[in-house]
Amino acid sequence: MAARTLTINGTLISARSNETVLEAAREAGISIPTLCHLDGLSEVGACRLCLVEIAGSAKLQPACHTTVTEGMEVQTDTPRLKAHRRAIVELLFAERNHICAVCVASGHCELQQLAVEVGMSHVRYEYLSPDCSVDISHARFGIDHNRCVLCTRCVRACDEVEGVHTWDIAGRGTNARVITDLNVPWGEATSCTSCGKCLLACPTGAIFSRGSTVAELERDASRIATIVAARNERW
Amino acid sequence: MEFQDLQIMAEQERSRRKAIRIHCCTSSGCQASGALELFHQLQAAVEAAGQNERVDIVGVGCMGFCGQGPMVSVEADGVLFEHVRPEQAPEIIASLDGGPCNVKQGDHAHPFFSRQLHIVRRNGGVIDPERIEEYIAVGGYQALYHVLHEMSPAEVIDAITRSGLRGRGGAGYPTGLKWATVAKSPGERKFVICNGDEGDPGAFMDRSILESDPHLILEGMSIAAYAVGADQGYLYVRGEYPLAIARLQKAIAQARKHDLLGSQIFDTSFNFRVDIRVGAGAFVCGEETALIASIEGRRGQPRPRPPYPAEHGLWGYPTLINNVETFGNIAPIITNGADWYAGIGTERSKGTKVFALTGKVRNTGLIEVPMGMTIREIVEELGGGTPDGTPVKGVQTGGPSGGCIPEALFDTPVDYESLAEVGSIMGSGGMVVMDATTNMVEIARFYMEFCMDESCGKCIPCRTGTVQMYRLLSKISAGQATAADLATLEQLCHLLRETSLCGLGQSAPNPVQSTLRYFREEYERLLRKRVRINLTSR
Amino acid sequence: MNRLKLATVWLGGCSGCHMSLLDLDEWLIDLAAHVDLVYSPIADQKTFPEDVDLTLVEGAIANDEHLELIQDVRERSRMVVALGDCAVTGNVTALRNPLGEARSILQQVYIEHGDPRGILPSTPGIVPILVDQVVPIHMIIPVDLFLAGCPPSGPRIRAVLEALLAGTPPELVGGFG
Ligand SMILES: Cc1cc2nc3c(=O)[nH]c(=O)nc-3n(C[C@H](O)[C@H](O)[C@H](O)COP(=O)(O)O)c2cc1C
Ligand code: SF4
Ligand code: SF4
Ligand code: SF4
Ligand code: FES
Ligand code: FES
Repeated sequence: MAARTLTINGTLISARSNETVLEAAREAGISIPTLCHLDGLSEVGACRLCLVEIAGSAKLQPACHTTVTEGMEVQTDTPRLKAHRRAIVELLFAERNHICAVCVASGHCELQQLAVEVGMSHVRYEYLSPDCSVDISHARFGIDHNRCVLCTRCVRACDEVEGVHTWDIAGRGTNARVITDLNVPWGEATSCTSCGKCLLACPTGAIFSRGSTVAELERDASRIATIVAARNERW
Repeated sequence: MEFQDLQIMAEQERSRRKAIRIHCCTSSGCQASGALELFHQLQAAVEAAGQNERVDIVGVGCMGFCGQGPMVSVEADGVLFEHVRPEQAPEIIASLDGGPCNVKQGDHAHPFFSRQLHIVRRNGGVIDPERIEEYIAVGGYQALYHVLHEMSPAEVIDAITRSGLRGRGGAGYPTGLKWATVAKSPGERKFVICNGDEGDPGAFMDRSILESDPHLILEGMSIAAYAVGADQGYLYVRGEYPLAIARLQKAIAQARKHDLLGSQIFDTSFNFRVDIRVGAGAFVCGEETALIASIEGRRGQPRPRPPYPAEHGLWGYPTLINNVETFGNIAPIITNGADWYAGIGTERSKGTKVFALTGKVRNTGLIEVPMGMTIREIVEELGGGTPDGTPVKGVQTGGPSGGCIPEALFDTPVDYESLAEVGSIMGSGGMVVMDATTNMVEIARFYMEFCMDESCGKCIPCRTGTVQMYRLLSKISAGQATAADLATLEQLCHLLRETSLCGLGQSAPNPVQSTLRYFREEYERLLRKRVRINLTSR
Repeated sequence: MNRLKLATVWLGGCSGCHMSLLDLDEWLIDLAAHVDLVYSPIADQKTFPEDVDLTLVEGAIANDEHLELIQDVRERSRMVVALGDCAVTGNVTALRNPLGEARSILQQVYIEHGDPRGILPSTPGIVPILVDQVVPIHMIIPVDLFLAGCPPSGPRIRAVLEALLAGTPPELVGGFG
């Protein structure tokens, strides 16, 4: 695999030619905030948190979905990007009902961590306070739509790794919801193998294991990548 | 089918014509005001008057003056009737022999007609869109024959490139360049897609073209398929257009019957099939990658580009996707030559553009005008100004992705760059005229509500930013907002433009930003000093 | 040295933030050496005084009294700190928002899930009138500093107060929950 040389925030780094800007940056120890990206899953470029500036391109590009090129000059942390990222995280907090104080994932939540990372002291937007349901019909897991950020990591983990596709999205705009099978309660979704990969993949407290209480939900999302790697490399 | 066969068909068709041909528009606009009943009454009146040998009543496509429908015209002497009621049919037939006629007459010399230039719509209101013979009688499918027998694919692409044609779906991407990219992208198969989703509120250009001249689009797609090396085409039409779909189905069946679609077209090795895919009415499915997902049977959501469909499109194969009107220009360009086309319009925007002229304007309907005509000419001369003669305040072009242009800038010529410079876009062709009574904050709110409802929900800025913006606009409109709210609105405009995944979110701020640019005082007038909050109503 | 006038205000919250403040135990005695507590739920003072240097506000805006008080707080305080998640985000106090406007919530609580023959409490001037949607305080007034946490821990509050006393406003982000 040919190598590419590029600069990120002025630092010269080299990357493999098929790597994304995100991968190259992480290998060089440069962190770029992400939410919809999860190692081991396909890229959807949906959350827009990883947008970076690339010299010569007027448009911001998602680092997770942009392949490195020779001589590329990338900026990952300009004031403009910081302002956008903070706004996006605030929009998420305003969209559903994130009451961290009573959330299973508090302390182990990627959204909460993002708030810190992007410097969110408070939310400037009106809270939409939608009426969201909680589905605990599954014997082992539950889904609380109050905390879902529609990243589709559960959808992809289920489809691409477990090969089942229990999850999908129904509805559009801010009314979109993750659904199981053809929008039946999770417990009645006969395709679900109860493997728990969606639980591993979920960045927030939306998918939880039943019985866990406030701040108890700790998971290791990197296990998805481990499973995928094990499969690809035939460990 | 051979070239001679085309000519024979055309000749046969012309020779079976009767002395007098009366055109009755049976497209959606006129159907909505009772054109079908009128059509039958006209036939009955001919019958009753014993004029069957002499007079033919032909159901034709849209004449453009849809606001005055149902429309009827007499071909030979060019008489135009407006607002015709079914019971007036006998009067019209009697008038052919000098009988008195009180049916409201239109004027062909009126600038609304005389200042138009019909390329894409040249057969609209002239031929029966449901009969391939009529299309062939006006020279139809000769361009395809010419291309298949006398031009290499590269020559076709070169002709389209030299014509200067740019995509009519909104962004104005050079069509020849797009074709060239698809042609040289490697792939076992290639596809051609015609984008007939037309989801902008108020737009009906593409519907009218599809209803009035379906073979023109099939011919354009076939020429494109030959040029890029595709053998399968899809016509993606929104489900709200049943008449367009029915006429396209008929047209495809007729073209197949005459071997103008299918295998070995015109006895060459060129094969091309076309199928219709009906959209379920999501605006975002007009976005090319969402449209492709929809054809593939997946949820209609955009994906990041690159890769562009030209390289990685339908089922991963190189795919050409063009708008209906873009395809409508192809056969005329081949027939009349690239230089002819390049001679029309402005330096960088060639040819004509079809607009749906609506709103507070005397003459509403579909117009096709050369690029470079000024907005003032369109609104004041063709449109005839406001119905009550009061001053025009501005026009909105480009629908939810476009902007408002104030009267002071009406000397802006209609071309891609000039419209972008004044903060709007050409868009697909919606043009809404506004008078002094139009509330600009409400206009912005209307389009934002549309974008909010139509956001697919995939990316965060558009999904939830449009909701926030809609709420802020509602708050401003209700006189409940502060200067801080207006600042937040402007900051969100910036966010959506720069960070949204697809064109819907990226251009959703346009109506807000353009009204703020030209009519800011209308916003500021509505602001209050202190925050207000609702208490329990008791 | 001029002593700093400190106020603390309790709006729509559980008083947990004040408990956290009281958790600072003996440090409060150090604090008292530098500040005068001019208004607080733990002091007996009926009206919000003029000329306050620093006001810590616990709780969200949930009723008309809060609405009025927060205006006084802003007008009479040099610096306003949103103390705790309810003040910063609405938090638990705002849990009622998805259930509808105030009237329908009272209906649900007092009649539907309470006593079908009961009545809605209505004692104007005594029981405050609920706002339709609970909002964090910065939706009503400008806020200078946001100290999140449910509740913010004693040491976190102390760090902020120490910084403010030293005249170096701290950078505060996250810490929700
Ligand atoms: C939200 C959105 C909606 C769109 N809707 C349409 C449409 O209805 N018709 C259309 O031709 N193009 C539409 N487009 C543009 C298409 O993505 C694409 O650019 C176009 O079909 C290309 O054809 P052209 O090059 O002939 O213009 C839309 C784009 C966006 C972002
Ligand atoms: S999902 Fe995360 S951000 Fe949302 S309430 Fe739970 S901990 Fe807070
Ligand atoms: S449930 Fe979790 S993983 Fe699935 S879309 Fe919502 S936040 Fe993402
Ligand atoms: S910009 Fe809007 S419509 Fe486009 S992908 Fe994002 S959410 Fe979907
Ligand atoms: S991580 Fe790249 S767009 Fe979400
Ligand atoms: S629909 Fe009849 S004139 Fe347009």
